[in-house]
Amino acid sequence: MSTSAALPPESGAGALSAAELGDAVARGDLEPEVAARAALERAVAIGACDRSALNLLLYTDAADAAAQASAVGERRRRRGAGPGPLAGVPVVLKDNIATTALPTTCGSRILEGYVSPYDASVVTRLREAGAVIVAKSNMDEFAMGSSTENSAFGPTRNPLDPARVPGGSSGGSAAAVAAGLARIALGSETGGSVRQPAAFCGVVGVKPTYGRVSRFGLVAFASSLDQVGVFGRTVDDAALGLQVIAGHDPLDSTSAALPVPDYRSAVRGAMTGVVIGRPREYFPDDLDPRVRARCDAALDALAGLGAEIRDVSLPHSRLAIEAYYIIAPAEASSNLARFDGVRYGLRIEADGLRGMYEATRSRGFGAEVTRRILLGTYVLSAGYYDAYYRKAQQVRALIASDFARVFGDGVHLLFTPTTPTPAFELGACAEPYDMYLSDIYTCTANLAGVPALSLPIGRVDGLPVGGQLIAPHFDERQLFAAAFALERALGDEALR
Amino acid sequence: MAVTIDDVRHIAALARLGVDDARAVSLVSELNTILAHMDVLSTVDISGVEGVAGIGAFAAPLRPDVGPPIPLARPIASFAPQERDGFFLVSRLSTHEDPEAP
Repeated sequence: MSTSAALPPESGAGALSAAELGDAVARGDLEPEVAARAALERAVAIGACDRSALNLLLYTDAADAAAQASAVGERRRRRGAGPGPLAGVPVVLKDNIATTALPTTCGSRILEGYVSPYDASVVTRLREAGAVIVAKSNMDEFAMGSSTENSAFGPTRNPLDPARVPGGSSGGSAAAVAAGLARIALGSETGGSVRQPAAFCGVVGVKPTYGRVSRFGLVAFASSLDQVGVFGRTVDDAALGLQVIAGHDPLDSTSAALPVPDYRSAVRGAMTGVVIGRPREYFPDDLDPRVRARCDAALDALAGLGAEIRDVSLPHSRLAIEAYYIIAPAEASSNLARFDGVRYGLRIEADGLRGMYEATRSRGFGAEVTRRILLGTYVLSAGYYDAYYRKAQQVRALIASDFARVFGDGVHLLFTPTTPTPAFELGACAEPYDMYLSDIYTCTANLAGVPALSLPIGRVDGLPVGGQLIAPHFDERQLFAAAFALERALGDEALR
Repeated sequence: MAVTIDDVRHIAALARLGVDDARAVSLVSELNTILAHMDVLSTVDISGVEGVAGIGAFAAPLRPDVGPPIPLARPIASFAPQERDGFFLVSRLSTHEDPEAP
């Protein structure tokens, strides 16, 4: 199915950027109810909630969306109360971000029907900014996957080519932005789960510095790696979304008490004096030549804007997948112990307490989650801890030191491909380790805690290719400045 | 360091996961395939390298042991089956012998 056959053209509120839409609502030129209704009508039109179609949304509630929109309109009409920078802007959330109005199930049977008694802090901030939460999106179960095929509620398909995956694990949110349902969506990152689907769906995805955004209300997968990330149709949409959710939160002790600069006012033009590193480990000889060509063109564009391109090395990146797939499952095996049939969702009665635990968890978790819990339990168990988990922690330190050294040597940003290939077909990665390799260029930023952004840099056979920018800790503003400049230099052709 | 079927049964028990015999056999193969890739870590010289459990600009700061209130949308009584002294009371399991339990 081609893009044009799959998706009707956008019009009206759906064609506005997030900032334009918020401004229109603030001025009174657009009623927030109209934008929310347009998003949900488009969802129906493209089969966003249909398991036999794109299946990118799990939960919507038109009445709740209308009530949120009405409240935004009331704020605007009330004298002295600004409706916020996202006034009336429809936003889609990944299904692992806690919401009181819609279920939070992490794409898993074990949480089917669960509704959180509190909102995640990022949701509270979105609401305060005037956003209207219109849907929860499909995802790989508990964020474990790179294709959104591991959802208990069926796979999501890529709106640009429904025979292909949207990437994952935040594939539903990426697809929602690509399909024109929303200009902003939230996902979560543990090893690349925002940037990789952003690349596959031809949208912008940003993973902030670890600690930049509160994790309160984000269902934990691997707590030392997890961060909420933002999808935008454009760099400006993503910058506006991150601007709203970033900042210290007393409910998350790992969130940083640092001021949040203005991302949207970052310099958008010349890059004179900016040094961009090209790490050779991310451009191996066997890199898909089509992806390499798009990256070379993007680097040429950055050089044309005045940036200095410098070859650099991050030698321990070659060990990142192995370290990541020890550390993340180890943390997951601990975090997911809470889903025991007592406190949340599903319970399968069986003989005795242990029998109930085992029946509930084996029935409630899918194959990949089960595999990772067992892998994590194994690498933490007596006799294997030193060989696997401790060693992975040491390798993580080396990977982080690589980034620190390069950034300390005068490099301001790094540029790499986001993924080794464009979106693959559903079912193409049958072996778990083959799927894990989708994260090869993204999981290093999670291990090192640095911010990174993927933006479209062109197409290969009609499929989008993502380029990745990586910055030092808490320098998202520089990340956005380069992304604004590159987006403008490459033009609309890279985005569409 | 090949994983055996006894290892799979052991870690499944630790993880409170019910795994039948057929699934245990396939998991032996799946885990060994994955762990074979991980063995590259044993070739790395990590002498003198201090491992890290997490990366952050700051160590997790201490705060007074009076957590900020969690903004619940509904009172506890509305979503817990029963509540006593601020704790949730859940359905009694057959292995719970406490006659005072609900």
